[in-house]
This record gives sequence, C-alpha cells and structure tokens, in this order.
Amino acid sequence: MTTGSMDNPAPARAGLSIALAGSGGSGVMTAGTLLLAAAAKAGAYGLMVRTSGPQIRGGEAAALVRLSATPAESLDDGFDVLLALDWQNVQRFADEIPLSAASLIVGEAAEGEVPAAFLATGARHVALPMKATAKGIAGSWTNMVALGVAGALAGLPREALAAALRESWKRDEKSYEANLAAIDAGMAAAGKLGAVPSLPALEPKAGRWLISGNEAAGFGAIRGGVRFVAAYPITPATELLEWMAPALAKVGGTLLQAEDELASINMIVGASYAGVPSLTATAGPGLALMTEGIGLAVSAEVPVVVVDVMRGGPSTGIPAKSEQSDLSFAVSGLHGDAPRVVVAPTSITDCVAATQWSVHLAEALQSPVIVLSDQFMGQSRAIVDRPADSGVVGRRLVAEPNAPDFKRYRDTPSGISPMGIPGVPGTAYTADGLEKNELGTPSSGARDHRVQLDKRARKLAKFDYGAAWADVDGEGELAVIAFGSSVGPLREAIARVRASGVKVKLVAMRLLAPALPEKLDEALEGVRQVLVVEQNHGAQFYRYLRAWFDLPGRPESFHRPGPLPFRPAELAEAIVAAAGRISQPRHEAIAS
Amino acid sequence: MNDTATPASVAETGRPAVRTPANYKSATKPIWCPGCGDYSVLSSITKAFSMLALAPEEVVVVSGIGCSSRIPAYTSCYGFHGVHGRALAAGTGVKLARPELTVLVAGGDGDGYSIGGNHFLHACRRNVDLTYVVMDNHVYGMTKGQPSPTTEPDWDSKLAPGGTGVRAFHPLVIALASGANFVARAFSGDPNGTADILAQAIRHPGFSFVEILSPCVTFRPEQRTWKENVHPAPVAETDDPARAARRVMTDDGFNMGVLYAGRRKPYPLGRRADPVGVAELEAEFAA
Repeated sequence: MTTGSMDNPAPARAGLSIALAGSGGSGVMTAGTLLLAAAAKAGAYGLMVRTSGPQIRGGEAAALVRLSATPAESLDDGFDVLLALDWQNVQRFADEIPLSAASLIVGEAAEGEVPAAFLATGARHVALPMKATAKGIAGSWTNMVALGVAGALAGLPREALAAALRESWKRDEKSYEANLAAIDAGMAAAGKLGAVPSLPALEPKAGRWLISGNEAAGFGAIRGGVRFVAAYPITPATELLEWMAPALAKVGGTLLQAEDELASINMIVGASYAGVPSLTATAGPGLALMTEGIGLAVSAEVPVVVVDVMRGGPSTGIPAKSEQSDLSFAVSGLHGDAPRVVVAPTSITDCVAATQWSVHLAEALQSPVIVLSDQFMGQSRAIVDRPADSGVVGRRLVAEPNAPDFKRYRDTPSGISPMGIPGVPGTAYTADGLEKNELGTPSSGARDHRVQLDKRARKLAKFDYGAAWADVDGEGELAVIAFGSSVGPLREAIARVRASGVKVKLVAMRLLAPALPEKLDEALEGVRQVLVVEQNHGAQFYRYLRAWFDLPGRPESFHRPGPLPFRPAELAEAIVAAAGRISQPRHEAIAS
Repeated sequence: MNDTATPASVAETGRPAVRTPANYKSATKPIWCPGCGDYSVLSSITKAFSMLALAPEEVVVVSGIGCSSRIPAYTSCYGFHGVHGRALAAGTGVKLARPELTVLVAGGDGDGYSIGGNHFLHACRRNVDLTYVVMDNHVYGMTKGQPSPTTEPDWDSKLAPGGTGVRAFHPLVIALASGANFVARAFSGDPNGTADILAQAIRHPGFSFVEILSPCVTFRPEQRTWKENVHPAPVAETDDPARAARRVMTDDGFNMGVLYAGRRKPYPLGRRADPVGVAELEAEFAA
C-alpha cells in the first residue's frame, strides 16, 4: 500500500500488504506462514507480524503479511487486502488493520456482515464462499482456499505455493493433494476479485532466510558462543527459548527451564562463573525479578547476556504486544552504581549480529549485557538475506594456572582483570556480591570501594566498541535518532522523505549503554537539530539521550506508546515537520 | 581471595597429593562469633573434602547471604558468595555448566527455607548431583535476631514480640516430599560424625541434603543444650521416602545420621558427545 501522507507522497513500492484474519483455530496463522514461505520461494522479501487476542484458543487472530520486491522490515501504512475467514471479534483489529477506499475486503460468504469499522473506510467488499469451496473438496481446509486467494492476489506462482505446502506437510499424501486442490480453487476464485497491487515477476533467489527475531537472537547467541541457558517461560520471549532448547543440545550446550526468573539469572551467573558463556531471555516482568542477580553479575564481574523481548508495560501490561518501554529500566534499573551494557538490535536480521556481539561484549568486559528486543521483532517472521557471520565470538580473559600473585579483581589500566576458572589450580577465589579488595576478600573500606567502582566503570568506558555502536546513514541538518524496532518503519519513512527532497540523517543506535557521547558527536557532525523517535509513553530514550549526550539545537521527541506499530507515514510526517522547524524557535520539545 | 596453598599436584611430583583438612582452609578469618557452631561445620566440610581426596580447585562452594553463607571464602576451593536465597540456583548453574566439578551449596535456615524456599523445593525435585548443607540455628543471626522459618512459634523477638505464632517449617519432610535423593541430620558439636555424613552426601548421586543443627550462641544461647539432646538415629537409613518421612515427622528433632538414601536417577548432565557445528543450525532457516 502506498498511500503515505499528502505532504510526503510515498514512492511506489512494488508489493502487497494483506491481513489474514479470523477466530483462533481458523488457521489464519498457518495460511500467513505458508504465504510468506511461498513468497520467499518466488524470490520476494516479506514480513509477517502476528497479532492475537489474549485467549489461548478461540480468540481473534490475524497474520499481517507484507510482501515486497525489496527487503521489508516494517509494516506499510495500511493494507491492500483484508481477507477474513470469519468476523468473530475481528473488529477488534480495526486499529491494527487500517484500510482505505483503495483496499479490498474479502469476506467469507457464510459468515455474515462485515463489521462497520471496516466498511466505514470505503473499502470494496467481495464475499467468497471459501467454506463451501473447501467442503466441496474432501479433506481440504478453508484456510488453504484462503491461501490460494491470497497467493493469487499477490501474484505468486502456483509452484511456489505448492512447494511451501509440500515443505510444511506432515500428513498423508491424499490430504496434501486435497489441500493443493483447495489452493487451486482459491487461486481461481481470486480471478473475480479485481486487481490489487501485486508483486512484479521475480526470480527465485538462493541464500535467503525465513526467520523470526526470537530465532535470530537465539541463533546469534549460539554463534557468539553461548552454551548454557536457564530461563522461565514468558510471552513474548518463549519462542526464543523453544528454538534454543534443541539447537543448544545439538551444539553440545544445555538449556534448563528454571522455577522462576530469580533462579534463571542466578543459574546463568553460576554457569558463567564456572566458565561457560550463558544467557537468559525474558520480558519486562522477568527482567524486574532479575535485577538483583544482574547486579551480582556487575559486582562479581561475571559475563551474562539477558535478552529482554519487550512488551507493553508496566506490570503485566500487554503481554503479546510490542512497546519500547523497558529502556529506562534496562539502562538504570539496578541498585547501587552498577555499570552495565545495553544493546538493541535494529531489525529482525540484526537480532543475529547484535546478540552475537552482545555475547562478545559480555565475555570481553566480564559484564552483564541486556539485549533489548521486542515483541514486534521477536514474534515477527521475515524473509531476509542470510545474515553474514561476523565471526565475533565471546572470549574472556582467563588467568593462567598458578598465575603468580593472582588477584581476581586487580586494578588494571583497562579495568579488565583475568578470571580464575574452577578446575584451574592456583587461581581459586570467591566471587562475591559484597564489595571487595583486589584479592576478592570482602571489604567495606572506602578506598577499596572507590577502586572497584572505578574499575567496573572504566572497563566499560574505555572499551573499543568499534563501528557497531550505531548504523549512521545519510546527511542533513536534521538527524533522527532511534533504536530497536522503530528503526524499520523509520528507514522507510526516511526513504520517502528523501525522495521528496528532505535531507535527513539516521542514527540507529545499537549500543545504548554505556553512553558514548564522543561517538554520537562525531555522527552528528553538521547536524543542527535532532528528532528522537521511540515507541513508549514517557519519551524514555529522549530523556536518556538528553541526560548523557550533548545534542545540537533544541532536541525534539516523537514518541507514543504501543501496541500499534509505527507506520512509515506518521514518522515521515514527523520528520518533515521537524525539518521545517529547524530555523524556527522551539515552542514545545516534547509533543505527545 | 583464598589461601591457595594447594599441595603439589600429581603431575608435578609423580605421586598422589596428600591432602589434610588444613589444605582446604583459606587464610581468611571468619566473621563468626566465638562459640558459633559454624566453625565446626567448616572443619567438618574440610575434613570431608580431605576424606574424599578432592582437588580443592575442582570443588566449588556456593552460598547466598547470612552468617553461615560466608563459608566459601573460608575454604581454599573456588567460592561463590551470591545474593540472598539463590545459592541453590547458582550452584545448579555451576554443576550444569561443569558436571565434572564437585558442588557444595551451603547456607542458613533463613537463606534456604524462607527467601530461597522455592529453589529448595525445585532443587530437591530436579535432583542435580550436588550437596546442600543448611546450618540451621532457627534464627536470622546476621541481622541480629529475627525469627526464621524453623523458629519455634513462641520465640520472643523485637520483630515478633511474643513470637510469630506460626508453626515451624520441617525441612527434612519437605525435602523428602520434594524428591531429595539423600537426607541426613547432623550436629555441629560432633564434627567427626558430621564429616562422615558430608562425605557420604557428596558421594551419593543426585541432590543430597544435610541439615546441620548449628547453634547460634549469641541470639539463641539456649541452643547450647542441643549437645545434650542429640542422639544417633535408632534405626538404619531407608530408601523408602514415605518411611523416612514418617520417621522424621514423629522423631524428637534430634535423631542424627543418614535418614534416607534414595535411588532416584539424578538430573542428566551429559552433553551430546558428537556436537554439530553452528553452521549446521542454519539449514532450518533456508527459505
């Protein structure tokens, strides 16, 4: 869909946005997954965002699919097609599935009226008897008829749909044939629906991946050397753990389901103390429970990686939907002066490299690293180019056996001191959350406290983080600064405004803590004004940047809470407005 | 930092090292009060290590917070003095990451049964091969005298004047019900007997739980009389948890010895012998 706002017409982008909706159990997620897999086989890029009500079974569900000829890590502004297998509670998605007069609604003929909220958009409605069609093909399912409809609307070849079905098929041959016939019937029925934007003819491309952000983070962790995981199930991080459980076993690692998050964090601190790179994954409520253990890792200088797949907060919040509202907590939520590293992947693909880098940072710095992913990246699945292996592997500085004059917490110039690893003679020490002297003996003395605080701060401040701290792109007097899943829609918005002549620089920050003001200064060379974009209610990133960095001009904020994802058009509008204000006096920096 | 006076290794001298309990003690001076039962427990632990001829660097002593939880630094082994109540979690992590190490988790009744109570249940049922020693004195000593889960309901204190009115927790029964594979009760005043029990506990596969009555002479001076109350358990250990539970629920609380030695299979620690390369994981992502 290419509506865009009137001030910044969107450049044409070949592809289709289609929402498959229905009640839980109607099979829309399966249809969406197969549509994405088929698109990948046809040579397209794409993204599928899952959205559902809180019910475990029987609630409303929708697969929001965007297919495109170029990489897409953002939803579009609206949907070209809403294809509904039934209308039970689907009206609850009215905000998540914006339609326009150019959109097409395909409803199931046997399921009654289209909800008013959708019709009010002026979208064209066509009813199809998908249920009856499936009933007419013994052993076939309605969602496969819908898959055929969606595939044909997108312009996907039949072979791609058949190949995707074949690959996922776990039942007998007869029912495979029946469902392939259902896809054919759906494709035939789509002929009556009229044209919608579709994919251009594409060539299948080898080397592409279909991956979710949660899988990508798990895979990046293993690439980085993680071989022990302890964790407690929590939405939306659970799939990361479920992917890692068999994968870790294959590479000789171990995953344990702990009794709670307090156990998870302390288990991984214990495992890493014993020498094995370790990780846990959780969401906001779990991160809250883990803070004492993360503080222990700071004090005892034990490397650990904690992936926080953020969801709406505070408290239980909105478990299955996205928000970037754990930032303040991640960068400052530990008691005492507790330096820690916070890294945010900038895309689903980047979940691989950013998590891999996080393992490297944790091990090199003997420090906890919090990885801020979120539900949008974690639970969405995308067609991406295979993420290259950066080759970065976690390596820690380890003391030699019987190291002379071994002091675990030696006050070194870099702040990093060799660890003793159990099993190695002559370097035994007691890791401790108590303040300590260089030997590791508990100490409440003022000098020891100062020395160790300085050491722990210094090792993070002095480390060479290289170019990975941020992705900086473009030139202009206006710079937009963002992190995490905001970056995807922001990149698309920036492409649009640049096409209409607005000059803007993007700084997508990957390293959120420690703050590196001199790096940002360098990136903001020539910039007169910044706009900070984030998905939370409190402008947390904006406030953090203002506290720790020198930002030019009068910094502006564009922020709003989840759960609705950012749309490129709203960001493009904000950028154009901010660019227009560069030469004007500021009235209100934080517009809600 | 511990005193790492490790005896010369076999490789260096060509003969097995002789290790005395002193080899497992560090130079760090305990913070405990004079007369505290924990001194004897430390001696019993180091004696048990020497009985088993463990290499100090291959032992990890893990604890949480409390008087008794200071114990790791008093050994010459690798130590982990973590946060309050999470010692069993940390110890589980150590053992799962490095199954070849001997892991001894130690602490007090507040650390293990109150703030760490949930981990106690799950450590018992998980049955990872490690040994858990609780030095039970029925009081929070480090914070100067508050009731713990094993404190008698009528014990008067500043925080609970006139007593808590809450019945005491029965750790041994809980351990049996939760699946601990070895359950014993010992008394700090009998360091040799305690060392013997600890050596058996460490040798026994799976989760071994040793409750050691260790008097707090500062806040519970009346516990000095424990030495007159304790006696060897009149019956031999059993491998039937129901029988063991019945016995400990009806005994006088002073039956000493191994009360239960089970045959549950420990939590599997084996890792895949033929791990695949990380690149092989990529196949499933191919579009």
